Amino acid sequence: MHATKAAKGLLALSQQEELVDLPTNYPLSASEDEGDSDGERKHQKLLEAIGSLSGKNRWKSVERSEASLKVSEFNVSSEGSGEKLALSDLLEPVKPSSSLTAVKKQLSRVKSKKTLEVPLNKREVEQIHREVAFSKTSQILSKWDPVVQKNREAEQLVFPLEKEPASFAPIEQVFLDWKARTPLEQEVFDLLHKNKQPVTDPLLTPVEKASLKAMSLEEAKIRRAELQRARALQSYYEARARRLKKIKSKKYHKIVKKGKAKKAIKDFEQLRKVDPNAALEELEKIEKARMMERMSLKHQNSGKWAKSKAIMAKYDLEARQAMQEQLAKNKELTQKLQVVSESEEEGGAEEEEALVPDVVNEVQMNADGPNPWMLRTCNRDAKEDEVQADSKELPEPVAHEFSDNEGNEKPEAEEDVLLKEFEERRSIRKRSKLNQDAKPVGGQETKDSTTKEVLSELKALSQKLSKDNRLSKKPKESPAKTVPLVQEEEPAPEEEEPLLLQRPERVRTLEELEELGKEDCLPNKELPGAAVEGEQVRRNPQEELKGKKKEKMISLQKLLTTRTPSVTSVAVPTTVEEQEDEVERDQKQMIKEAFAGDDVIKEFLKEKRETIQANKPKDLDLTLPGWGEWGGMDLKPSAKKRRRFLIKAPEGPPRRDRDLPNVIINEKRNIHAAAHQVQVLPYPFTHHQQFERTIQNPIGSTWNTQRAFQKLTAPKVVTKAGHIIEPIKAEDVGYQSSPKSDLSVMQSSPKRRSKHQKQLKKRRAQ
Amino acid sequence: METAPKPGRGVPPKKDNPQAKKKKPRRYWEEEATPVAAPAGPPRKKARAREPRPPRSKGVRGAPKSRFGRKPQAPKNASDRKKPRRTLSGAQDPFPGPAPAPAEVARKFCRIDKSKKLPRSKPKTRTKLETAEAQEEEASVRAARAELLLAEEPGFLEGEDGEDTAKILQTDIVEAVDIASAAKHFDLNLRQFGPYRLNYSRTGRHLALGGRRGHVAALDWVTKKLMCEINVMEAVRDIQSVFPLLAVDGRGSADPNWNRWLYIYDNQGIELHCIRRCDRVTRLEFLPFHFLLATASETGFLTYLDVSVGKIVTALNARAGRLSVMAQNPYNAVVHLGHSNGTVSLWSPAMKEPLAKILCHRGAVRAVAVDSTGTYMATSGLDHQLKIFDLRGTFQPLSARTLPQGAGHLAFSQRGLLVAGMGDVVNIWAGPGKASPPSLEQPYLTHRLSGHVHGLQFCPFEDVLGVGHSGGMTSMLVPGSAEPNFDGLENNPYRSRKQRQEWEVKALLEKVPAELICLDPRALAEVDVVTLEQQKKERIERLGYDPDAKAAFQPKAKQKGRSSTASLVKRKKKVMDQEHRDKVRQSLEGQQQQRQKQKTAKPTGARPSALDRFVR
Repeated sequence: MHATKAAKGLLALSQQEELVDLPTNYPLSASEDEGDSDGERKHQKLLEAIGSLSGKNRWKSVERSEASLKVSEFNVSSEGSGEKLALSDLLEPVKPSSSLTAVKKQLSRVKSKKTLEVPLNKREVEQIHREVAFSKTSQILSKWDPVVQKNREAEQLVFPLEKEPASFAPIEQVFLDWKARTPLEQEVFDLLHKNKQPVTDPLLTPVEKASLKAMSLEEAKIRRAELQRARALQSYYEARARRLKKIKSKKYHKIVKKGKAKKAIKDFEQLRKVDPNAALEELEKIEKARMMERMSLKHQNSGKWAKSKAIMAKYDLEARQAMQEQLAKNKELTQKLQVVSESEEEGGAEEEEALVPDVVNEVQMNADGPNPWMLRTCNRDAKEDEVQADSKELPEPVAHEFSDNEGNEKPEAEEDVLLKEFEERRSIRKRSKLNQDAKPVGGQETKDSTTKEVLSELKALSQKLSKDNRLSKKPKESPAKTVPLVQEEEPAPEEEEPLLLQRPERVRTLEELEELGKEDCLPNKELPGAAVEGEQVRRNPQEELKGKKKEKMISLQKLLTTRTPSVTSVAVPTTVEEQEDEVERDQKQMIKEAFAGDDVIKEFLKEKRETIQANKPKDLDLTLPGWGEWGGMDLKPSAKKRRRFLIKAPEGPPRRDRDLPNVIINEKRNIHAAAHQVQVLPYPFTHHQQFERTIQNPIGSTWNTQRAFQKLTAPKVVTKAGHIIEPIKAEDVGYQSSPKSDLSVMQSSPKRRSKHQKQLKKRRAQ
Repeated sequence: METAPKPGRGVPPKKDNPQAKKKKPRRYWEEEATPVAAPAGPPRKKARAREPRPPRSKGVRGAPKSRFGRKPQAPKNASDRKKPRRTLSGAQDPFPGPAPAPAEVARKFCRIDKSKKLPRSKPKTRTKLETAEAQEEEASVRAARAELLLAEEPGFLEGEDGEDTAKILQTDIVEAVDIASAAKHFDLNLRQFGPYRLNYSRTGRHLALGGRRGHVAALDWVTKKLMCEINVMEAVRDIQSVFPLLAVDGRGSADPNWNRWLYIYDNQGIELHCIRRCDRVTRLEFLPFHFLLATASETGFLTYLDVSVGKIVTALNARAGRLSVMAQNPYNAVVHLGHSNGTVSLWSPAMKEPLAKILCHRGAVRAVAVDSTGTYMATSGLDHQLKIFDLRGTFQPLSARTLPQGAGHLAFSQRGLLVAGMGDVVNIWAGPGKASPPSLEQPYLTHRLSGHVHGLQFCPFEDVLGVGHSGGMTSMLVPGSAEPNFDGLENNPYRSRKQRQEWEVKALLEKVPAELICLDPRALAEVDVVTLEQQKKERIERLGYDPDAKAAFQPKAKQKGRSSTASLVKRKKKVMDQEHRDKVRQSLEGQQQQRQKQKTAKPTGARPSALDRFVR
């Protein structure tokens, strides 16, 4: 700014000088032309010019002024015009008067005010304009965003946009709005009204409606009586409950509690008979209660009450008793369901058998739970049943057991009963032992254990006696008992066979068992298979594969030789005369099979190994023989070097047939099929699994109903042929457009917007 | 045997609806809803076996698939559904809302596999996934509703208490069923031309017969009319009926110089083609959706012939000697070949090697059959065993059974019944349900024939089993073997000539390329991950950076001297450390999980013993 000012000053100066030059030249010539007419003026001018030259460089305007010689108060003299007039001079006379302060202020403000800024240059102005315009327009346009969003997400767009979807109202609704207009119609309506005939809902008269709603008298009476009765009963019960609640007698509550416990036990017994599954659930509940008790400190004499009692206990018998009671309760609750010794179990099992009707066992057998133990116990039960049948004597103690449960008998009587029981059981066992001796399964074992059993049984008896009335807990123990029972038992091979077939994992475990048995040097019949294994192993030079292969071999053998009983079918194929030498051929075939079988397995395993080897990614060996060391005919690069330059191929994913010994699955990729697969992930998906999920649902008409197919394959945009598709307007989507332009969208009323949304929704729903 | 037959799972006895105490006055606008008392006919005397296939009404003829579209329309708005609109007449919709669709049935039609957990997805992706799921649900519900239209029920055979159904003779069944079904049981006595092989067309309309000694015949199965009959004067090894009813047979003769090629005839018995590239054919299989005729030959080649264009697609060398056992898996069109070394190999024309090889028997494999769902494979071998394998990935035997003489021929029916031909006896086993494998314990039916079995096939959509044997051909009634409802657009036995032509065009347009045959056809709907990764790698190489990678952390510039180089580095380091820690934590978690898995896996084994420590 300063610079510009200075420049302006200079410019002004040069102009002055010109002007100065001009008058100097001009008056000279003029004086010569015009003569001495106004010599005085000339002189004045001259003086002025000289003065200006000598003094300040100010050019004084050439002004015409009246000559006035004296100063008067009535006019302004121009005398002393050369002097400057200062503002203060003007204001001096005004000073004393305060009425002019406003003016003063104004003046001071004017003084303080700076000069106006120079306007911005055009480019900048335009930029600013553009920015403002952009923000304004984008703001206006942003109102369209929801519309655009909706259109993008819409399943189907229909163009040209329809204003009003044609509605299909049922004829009745159309008639509802209909009114009688012509005189004839009105007359008819009047008639109808007079006769109380319905007009809009013309089919039921009020009388008819009432009759429909009405109930017969008897019915109403019965209903009322029922209601009354129900109310009365309710009030009785409420009163009774209130009364009982108020009773404070401890004894009473004790009795009530005991009664409840008894009832629960009885119920449980019932339940066990009727629905063993539910009983099991009950048992679980009890178990849970035990857990809770173990967790909590409820009956452990640690509460406030217990502490107070503890203080008193020394002197007060009752307090002591109360504490002991609590402790006893805790003990009772936390007592574990006992695992009893062997003989006890057997006895228990028998009891169980006696107690529980056969139906229960059957149910358990049928229950298709995956628990193998259950199955076995069933089998065992069945066996024992057989045994009992052989001995032609069913155990009697059923009745006694029941009496035990009730706990009404005296202890001596109980003792007697138990002794009797014991005797009976022993006799039964002896008989069964005889039977078992006939079987080869568990002969020696039983012999050895006879004495032990006697001992343990005696022990159990004493335990039982001490237990007294706690037989009620018996049912709790039953499930626990079954487990050890099962563990004793040797798995019967015939039963295992189907399992073996169905579950490969099980096969393996059983085989391990078998292997253990082999190590015990039991000469088995299945040895041919094992021998083959041994040979195989010996032949195999590769040590590291040995263990695995052995396993595989075993399982494979098993898989192939499933010894299912060849049940004779109803119709056995007849041999035909053509094949006279059937027997001979059969024998030949048998021999052939016997030898071929092993070969088949061996060959298959070899083939599998080869394919696995062939499909493994190969390592890359980059060693250069002779580089950095001696090379030659018989020289090989050192192991260290080879190791260093060997690039190991990354291990691929595990083979799919890794755990399937009898299968070779080709791992090669089907390139031809891959050409038909999707190779690029479309836009919003970041992972191929996401995309796969969206294309898993088939859309063809082969897999879908006609409607579903049509909907799944509906085009994204539908246009009407021969119709002009006009650009969307604000009115179309519920905005009000201002008359100026489509862009400027006024704030739409909420009502209209909601309507628009509804329409969109409707369209989507369709 | 002569026990009084009892009606099978009959209709429960209908009682007249007990009348309400007070009868509501019936108005004239109410619909005529008189409870029509069911005409209580006399109990059927011989109803042991219900009619194997209820006779079809004539209305079904050519029933188009559009019947699926005819279902109650759901109201469009939810508000409509809630309160039925009151109409002028006062009558209300007795069944408001959309028709109910049973959830279990709908689940059957859900094809999206939701077992795998998806990686976290962005909102846009999530909306796409949601729409896909919604579409699936809607489609499945619609399909479940359309189940209602499958009105026909399968036939069945039920013995009295303790009665073995296997003891029921064909004559008993024939006595019990109606005349139309009884007519389907017959015997063709054709001793002259040796053992017969037979093949029903896919619709069950036509039957082709081929006798070993050159007798070739084609029947209209429904009308039992003979369409053509010729003697080709050569040995016929196998016969197959291809869609426009061309009888195809592989011929061979004892004389090696004699021609032994593949011949194609039309339904008039006129020889159309002789394909010399398929020579010494032993077995034929037709893959209907691919229009491929697969031939197994004595020379050990499996040849695929495209019937629609007459070109040989591939000839695969099985490298296992003579091929005489073949079956196709109808689910994925994979061909199963049985070999003399006890293996069954699975083939597709796209691969030169077998897709899988399963060791099934210790002796040679004699017969293979795959059920219609492609889940189970039955094999029988020289070791007299009959086994059923699970084909869903594991290829393990589900059940096995030793048969007295071993089965020479096997076939599955549409509903999963398994038939085995052993010598001159045919045994049929049934499973407990439709999707379960046949249980091999008790045969469902048995039948003795007049000659040795040579060919077996269940007739599609009819409860009939066709058995070709040395004495001719026998048509047996097997209640419950066939699918009772047929798809009118796909396999319509009653289609007219025009419909058949239309179907042909459509089928040709929808022909599946041969190279798409693979073990798991659903894998085609997966992204080709290998190519995807490869392309991504190439793109990264081309660009020089990974455009999808997360940008490295750039610390923001801060003021007041906090943006010094040291502090920048410090901030960077902090973020890096955090990332590293996360990574380490994740890997540790993975390791722990593995360890836990191992721990849990261990105790499932045998009971631990003290001697285990010595086991190596």
